[in-house]
Amino acid sequence: MSADVPASRPDLPRVLREAGWTALIAFGLFLPLIGFVTYQDQSNQIALGTRWGLLAAFVAVITLGRLAYSLVLAPHLARAAATTARGEPSALRTELAKWIAPFAIGFVVVYPVIVLAITGIGGAVKWVDNFGIQILIYVMLGWGLNIVVGLAGLLDLGYVAFYAVGAYSYALLAKNFGLGFFMLLPLAGILAAFWGILLGFPVLRLRGDYLAIVTLAFGEIVRLILINWVPVTNGYAGIGGIPRPTFFGIPFNANDDGFAAVFGLEFTPLYRTLFLYYIILALAFLTAFVTLRLRRLPVGRAWEALREDEIACRSLGINTTNTKLTAFAMGAMFAGFAGSFFAARQGFISPESFTFLESATIVAIVVLGGMGSMLGVAIAAIVMIGGTEILRELDFLKQIFGETFDPTQYRMLIFGFAIVLLMIWRPRGLIATRAPSVFLKERTAIPADLAKEGHG
Amino acid sequence: MEVFLQQLINGLTLGSIYGLIAIGYTMVYGIIGMVNFAHGDVFMVSAFIALIAYLILTLWLGVTSMVLALFIVLIVAMALTSLVNWAIERAAYRPLRGSFRLAPLISAIGMSIFLSNFVQVAQGPRNKSIPPLFRDVIVLTTGETGYDVVLSYKQIAIWVLTAVLLVAFWFLVTRTALGRAQRACEQDQKMAALLGVDVDQTVSITFVIAAALAAVAGTMYLMYYGTVSFYDGFVPGIKAFTAAVLGGIGSLPGAVLGGLLIGLIETFWSAYFSIDYKDVAAFSILAIVMIFLPQGILGRPDVEKV
Repeated sequence: MSADVPASRPDLPRVLREAGWTALIAFGLFLPLIGFVTYQDQSNQIALGTRWGLLAAFVAVITLGRLAYSLVLAPHLARAAATTARGEPSALRTELAKWIAPFAIGFVVVYPVIVLAITGIGGAVKWVDNFGIQILIYVMLGWGLNIVVGLAGLLDLGYVAFYAVGAYSYALLAKNFGLGFFMLLPLAGILAAFWGILLGFPVLRLRGDYLAIVTLAFGEIVRLILINWVPVTNGYAGIGGIPRPTFFGIPFNANDDGFAAVFGLEFTPLYRTLFLYYIILALAFLTAFVTLRLRRLPVGRAWEALREDEIACRSLGINTTNTKLTAFAMGAMFAGFAGSFFAARQGFISPESFTFLESATIVAIVVLGGMGSMLGVAIAAIVMIGGTEILRELDFLKQIFGETFDPTQYRMLIFGFAIVLLMIWRPRGLIATRAPSVFLKERTAIPADLAKEGHG
Repeated sequence: MEVFLQQLINGLTLGSIYGLIAIGYTMVYGIIGMVNFAHGDVFMVSAFIALIAYLILTLWLGVTSMVLALFIVLIVAMALTSLVNWAIERAAYRPLRGSFRLAPLISAIGMSIFLSNFVQVAQGPRNKSIPPLFRDVIVLTTGETGYDVVLSYKQIAIWVLTAVLLVAFWFLVTRTALGRAQRACEQDQKMAALLGVDVDQTVSITFVIAAALAAVAGTMYLMYYGTVSFYDGFVPGIKAFTAAVLGGIGSLPGAVLGGLLIGLIETFWSAYFSIDYKDVAAFSILAIVMIFLPQGILGRPDVEKV
C-alpha cells in the first residue's frame, strides 16, 4: 500500500480511504479486548464492563498515526530513498568505529565512579546494581550465546538451561559443601559445558529450526526438573540464603570481621555492589577476549565457515559434529559462569528466573545486535535491558496519568513491541557488517546484504 | 481397563485441540518457512475473544440456548482472531519476508511477548473462569470398582467439530484454487508469482486460516476447561508446535496425528506415571523423535541442496 506512494504529493482521497480502513481494522482489533473488560464482581462471579472511551482513543490514535504516515512520513521516506544511494560507510563512521571500543571499555571501568559522583552513595547502589550489573549479565550472556548463534550459526532457544545449571551448581555446592565463589565459578562453568556437550551430542545432527525447537524443549525440560525435583532444588520455593562472594575471605557485612571494618571504612552496601560490578565486568571481558581469540584459531574459523555453508565445510573435511559441539560447550560454559554469578549476586534463585522468556530475550539481544558483532550485542543488551529497567524509574508519569498508573506493568509489553519494531527497522541487527578474521591486504567490513546465511 | 478407556477419551479430546493449533504452525511453516512463535498467543487471544463474546451473549443478551450461543461465539472468535492474525502478519512479518532467516522468528517472539502482556494489561492477570457448560455425560461402562468411563457431550462436540473442520480444510487445500496457490507458494514463491499467483495474498489467507483454526481450538479450550488466563498461550503453543514437528512439519495430516499423539502421551503419562512430569514426557518424546526421525512421522525427508 505504502510503497507506491508518489514522491510528489499524496493523493488525498486515497489517503482518506486508507485511513478509514485503518480505523475500521483498528476498531475490529481492539473491540473485544479493549472495548470490553472482564472482572470479578462482589460475589466473585465473572462480570463484563465496557470501556468505549479507551477504545475510541485507541482507534483515534491509530487512525491519526496512519494519516500522519501517509501525509508526512511516506513522501519523506520516498524522497529520501530517491536521493541517497547506498554505498560505502562514510569516513567518519569508519573512524568512529575504530575508537568506540576503547572508549566503551574505559567508560564501563569508570562507570561506578561517575555514578557515585553524580548520585551519592544511596543512588549509586541502585544505579550500579540495576543498570550496571543487570546489563552486564545480559551482555555476558549475549556474548556467550553469540558464539553459538552468531559465530557457529546454531539457533539455540534453550540457552537459559545452561544459565540455570550454573546458578544451581553454585547455589547447591556453596550451601551444602561451603565452597567459595571463586572455587565454584570454574566448576559451574565446567558443569554447564558438560551439560552443553551432553545435550548437544544427540541433537547436533539436526539443522536450523529443528535444532531450535529441540533446544527449546531441553530448556523447558531443565526448568520443569528444577520445579519438580523438590528434594534437591526445593521446587518453586527456590533456594535462599546462598553465600555471597567474599573479598579474599573477607565477607561484605557490617560485622567486625566484615570488609568495611577490616579496612577501617564506614559500612555501606556499596562495597559489595562495586565488588560484584567488577567481577561481572571481568567475566564479560573474559568472554569477549576468549571469543576474539577463538575466532583466530582454527576452531573459530571452522565455526564461521559452518555458519556460512555447512555442506562446503563437510566437503573440506571439517568435522562438523565436533565443531558444533565445541561451540555449544563454549557457549554453555559462559552461561554457567554468568549463572553462578547471578546466584551469588541474588542470594536467592528459583525456576522463575529461568523461563523461556529469558532465552528469548538473550536470542533477541544477539540477533538485534547483528549476529556475530560483539559491539552490536553489547548495544542491544543496553537498549533492551536498560530500556526495560528505566521503565521502573518513570514515577513522574503518575502525575500525568493519575496515581493508579503503574509504568512497570507495561514493561514487557513495550519490550515485546520494541523487539518487533527494531527487527523491522534493522532486520540484520544494529551492527550488520561482518568483520572478516582473515584478510589479504586490508580489513574491509562486509555489508550484511552480501553475507549469505547458512542453514546451520 | 476403565482407566485406560477414560484416558483414551480425554487424550483424544486434548489431542484434537493441539491438532487444530498445530495445523496453524505447520501451514505457516510450510508456506514461508517460519516458526510462528506467536501462534500460541493468538490461540490465547482467541480464547479471550470467545470468553467476551460468550459473556455478552449470556449476561447481556440473555441467550439461553447453549448450542446457539456456542455457535455465535465460534463465528465471532474465528472472525476477530483472523483479523488479529492478518494484522500481525501485515505489520510484523511481511516487512521481513525475504530478509534473513532469523529475523521473522525474532519478530514473532517479540509479538508473542507483546500479545500475552497486552492481554494481561488489558484484561488483568487473573484466571478468567466461566460456569461449566454442557455438564451432561454418557456413561459408557460401569467398572466393578465403581470407576465409570464417561464421555461428555463437550468431548463429543470437540471431536465432531474437529473432524468436520479437518474435512473442510482438507477439501480447501487439495481441491480449490486457493489450496493450489498455497501449495505452489510452498514449493517456490518466485515461480508461483511469475505464474500469476498473488503470493502476498496467499500468505495472508494462510495466516487467516491458521487463526480461524486456532480460534476454534481456543473456543473449545474455554468450553472444555472453563478457564483461561493470559499465560495460557505459551505451553499449549509449544506443545502444538511439538505436535507439528512430531507429525512432520509442513504436513497437514501429520499435524493432526502429532496433536493426537501428544494429547495421548500427556494424558496417559499423567494417569500412569506422574502428573508433574507430563510436560517433560512430551518434550522428551519430541527430542527422541527428532533425533531418530528428524523429518517427523509423515514429513518428507529434508533433502540438502547445494
